[in-house]
Amino acid sequence: MYGWIWRHLPGPTWVRVATTVVVCAVVVGVLFAWVFPAVAPLIPFNQLTVGE
Amino acid sequence: MSARKAAAVATGVLGELLITAGVVLGLFVVWQLWWTDVVAERAQVQIIEDLGWAAPVPAPSEVPDDGIADPQTGEPPVVDTPGPSETFATMIVPRFGDGWERAVSEGVTRSGTLDQLGIGWYPHSALPGELGNFAVAGHRVTFGKPFNQIAELVEGDLVVVRTEEVWYVYRVTEHLVVLPHQVEVVAPVPGEIGAEPTERFITLTSCHPMFSLRERYVVHGVMEYWAWTADGIPAELAGGA
Repeated sequence: MYGWIWRHLPGPTWVRVATTVVVCAVVVGVLFAWVFPAVAPLIPFNQLTVGE
Repeated sequence: MSARKAAAVATGVLGELLITAGVVLGLFVVWQLWWTDVVAERAQVQIIEDLGWAAPVPAPSEVPDDGIADPQTGEPPVVDTPGPSETFATMIVPRFGDGWERAVSEGVTRSGTLDQLGIGWYPHSALPGELGNFAVAGHRVTFGKPFNQIAELVEGDLVVVRTEEVWYVYRVTEHLVVLPHQVEVVAPVPGEIGAEPTERFITLTSCHPMFSLRERYVVHGVMEYWAWTADGIPAELAGGA
């Protein structure tokens, strides 16, 4: 899968490396900013209130 | 493409997806254990600055002689019931370190209050200074971990709550470890559901053991006196008593 993507990225090697780095950074950013905060309260870890 | 080759490709893709899932889980751990503190500690300092009325308490040596707020007698003033996620008070706990002060906001939901704003007030519990139990919750680990050192509190320790106009000075009376469903710890009289309160209690709840959801760490206290913020700071915060 990643090999296929790599072969289909345009440009010389350094452009492909740059593209890969940027895409990875964006993915990590989206995970940190939106995905993880949304799923964290659903994970049974770190509960601190008393209640039913 | 032969069936065998197709199976090999499918296996390869599956393997890469599993590796990706492993990396994402690793990133989640990094986010939970490190990044939430980075973001939340910055935000929680900013929240206090944004209040405008919670200037940092000066160091004991810098308090002028007339800067001590005299204890008041009589009914303490009580703030209006705060709206959802509204920050209405701050909490100062000398045991947690010099200059330690965190905001207290309405609500005890993770997404609405605790993960962002820090300490959350149990809705329908008493407000600071009211007869009954002023009950709050705070993270012990991650998300700025306001109650990280809750287990260091001992009997007699100060917990000072400040609103725009009033200081409420509480002292710790006891700590206990309970199960998550033991709501009597936030009852108007801690431990006695249905009892009519005659004192002004405070209750702090956090997780226990750290990183676990098995139990809750609970600290109880009782109010000693209140004072006007316009008069200065409580003597206890100026190094007295």
